[in-house]
Amino acid sequence: MLILENVTKKFNEFTAVNELSLQIPEQELFGFLGANGAGKTTTFRMILGILQANEGTIRWNGQPVNYKTSPLIGYLPEERGLYPKMKVKEQIVYLARLRGMDKKEAAAETDSWLERFNVPDYAGKKVEELSKGNQQKIQFIASVVHKPQLLILDEPFSGLDPVNVELLKQAVIQLKESGSTIVFSSHRMEHVEELCENLCIMHHGRPVVHGGLREIKRSFGKKNVAVQADFDVSFLQDIPGVLRSRKTAEGILLQIAKEETSQHLFSALQGKGFVTKFELEEPSLNDIFIEKAGASYE
Amino acid sequence: MISLSKRQVLPMNNFWMILSQSYINKFKTKAFIVTTLLIAVVIIAAANMEQIFSYFDDEEKETKIAVIDKTGTMYEPFKAQLAVIADDLIAVQTDKTENELKDEVEKGTYKGYLLLDRTADELPAATYKAENIANSETTSDIQQALQTLKTMEVAGKFQLTNEQIQMWNAPAAFETVALAKNAKSEEELMQAQALVYILLFFIYMSVIMYANMIASEVAIEKSSRVMEILISSVSPVKQMFAKIIGIGLLGLTQMGIWIAFAYVALSNQSEGSIVSLMGLKSVSASMMVYAVVLFILGYFLYATIAALLGSLVSRLEDVQQMMMPLTFLVMIGFFISMYGLSNPESTFITVTSYIPFFTPMIMFVRIGLLSIPLWEVALGFGILLAAIFVFGVIGARIYKGGVLMYGKSNSLKDMKKALEMSKDN
Repeated sequence: MLILENVTKKFNEFTAVNELSLQIPEQELFGFLGANGAGKTTTFRMILGILQANEGTIRWNGQPVNYKTSPLIGYLPEERGLYPKMKVKEQIVYLARLRGMDKKEAAAETDSWLERFNVPDYAGKKVEELSKGNQQKIQFIASVVHKPQLLILDEPFSGLDPVNVELLKQAVIQLKESGSTIVFSSHRMEHVEELCENLCIMHHGRPVVHGGLREIKRSFGKKNVAVQADFDVSFLQDIPGVLRSRKTAEGILLQIAKEETSQHLFSALQGKGFVTKFELEEPSLNDIFIEKAGASYE
Repeated sequence: MISLSKRQVLPMNNFWMILSQSYINKFKTKAFIVTTLLIAVVIIAAANMEQIFSYFDDEEKETKIAVIDKTGTMYEPFKAQLAVIADDLIAVQTDKTENELKDEVEKGTYKGYLLLDRTADELPAATYKAENIANSETTSDIQQALQTLKTMEVAGKFQLTNEQIQMWNAPAAFETVALAKNAKSEEELMQAQALVYILLFFIYMSVIMYANMIASEVAIEKSSRVMEILISSVSPVKQMFAKIIGIGLLGLTQMGIWIAFAYVALSNQSEGSIVSLMGLKSVSASMMVYAVVLFILGYFLYATIAALLGSLVSRLEDVQQMMMPLTFLVMIGFFISMYGLSNPESTFITVTSYIPFFTPMIMFVRIGLLSIPLWEVALGFGILLAAIFVFGVIGARIYKGGVLMYGKSNSLKDMKKALEMSKDN
């Protein structure tokens, strides 16, 4: 279990992380969200022991995190980093050995990962010769090749095409199933919704939302109503209980404070014309994020 | 279910891994191989300079100068003297006018022309005219021939015998003897100067080269952002010293190769060649040891500073600018020690030899040229070691914070920021 207790990190006057407490059980895929500058990377760096917290403690399975525990941990930094002039396999093996892996084992494991990501011919290529997406696959392999117990993935899917996103997602899920604990951050809410049971949204260094995905959605209360009709439905946004609205290509998307409001909306539509769609939706993580962290992505 | 990592890293293991990584990786680079071989070729060429020069000299044609003898009697004896002094310089008598000769010189038939005459005292006098008079060898040969001619004529007037002329010309015996024990004799001193100069240059060059190598290594790791992965596996301080030692060993390897080349090149030299006259064949072992030790210490001092400077830049392009102050420091040290070569005993040199940035070079000059007491050497080394320690500690702290800092500014002011970043509280 990864436990953060009242962790605070200040850079001079600026508080990057403020009294953050988290408990992430083993074999969990945990989403760590937040706008740029919310304190995600700083938190990751503290978990890795690169930065020291001003206050509070961070423990992995009861041990403080430091260079002794580094073989147990894998890290994919947000700013990708590999030696540009070094050959792919040589590089992965070197980084794995720095995390305590045996040379032969590292080589075998590297080969099987390259095979799995359909890039076995890249083993002898220099990193700078690869495309960005392929570099990222290599980066991912470098972070998992030593079979870490705890894996920190900072924006693992950014910059990848849908096929490769799927490939990496499957790899992440399988790592989790084979026992790794994974903390990952992403700006893509649909990835988080798909992969995580538990998550935390950071805002200005504090967790503003924390818990299971289902409870978070339930306790958010607000729901969405999607309406499509062959007449103008923009009058719906003036009905009491509607918090905000957004025009979509074929209709309107309304956010409502309570479920009951949807019934008022439904009756308001009666007799106006032909309604092709009326749907009550769960709030998306995106809605929750925008409301809690006050910023939009896409 | 795959088995998860239960490994433990022995603290020294990844230190050696980084050390050998930085050594082997650099060793394999084209730049390293090319530089090493290039300098080796230069060493061999320099050792065989005489043969190379004489090879080209043989190819060169004889130089002809035209002579207008206004006296009618001076040409023959002058020609004979000139032949003795320089066998490739031929004097040819001519009746042509000066204007005609000017054209011939322009065409290249003659290098120049000489007007032979006598002064009012009946002493030989001459004027040499040529396109340019930059070639001092020709003019000094002519002058010498003329001088001898004059001496012989004057001697003839006084009816001196050849023996007497020789006595007249013989230089006075003059020798210098140093009174201090172990002091170097004049010949030894000259040899020592040559040796110190060469080794100084090596220390100077390699410190600059390897300090730059360290700084750009660090900057590459930082700018390619692989640094963040590295520091999450291995502590920055361990990384920094592993890298410094790795590159240092690379430097020693390179020096070793060069010294081997130099040794082979020099031991094939015949007696009496310039190289053996300079005393390079009899380099004392203690001087070599001092040179290597001072190279190592100087390297460590400059490398720790270079590593901390490298940790402050975010882009490789900024390394040179950041390294500027350090490069200047090495250059100042080098120039002071050049001055020290001819004035090793001056107070200025004595004082500066204790400033750790300069000690590797200036103390070497003093050790090489003077017989300074052991305690002075020990004091210089002590201060240097203390400085390495201090900069090692400060450097490690700045490095630790610096490697995490990314931003536009690359000034030395960032050091404070880096120090704050690395604070553990």
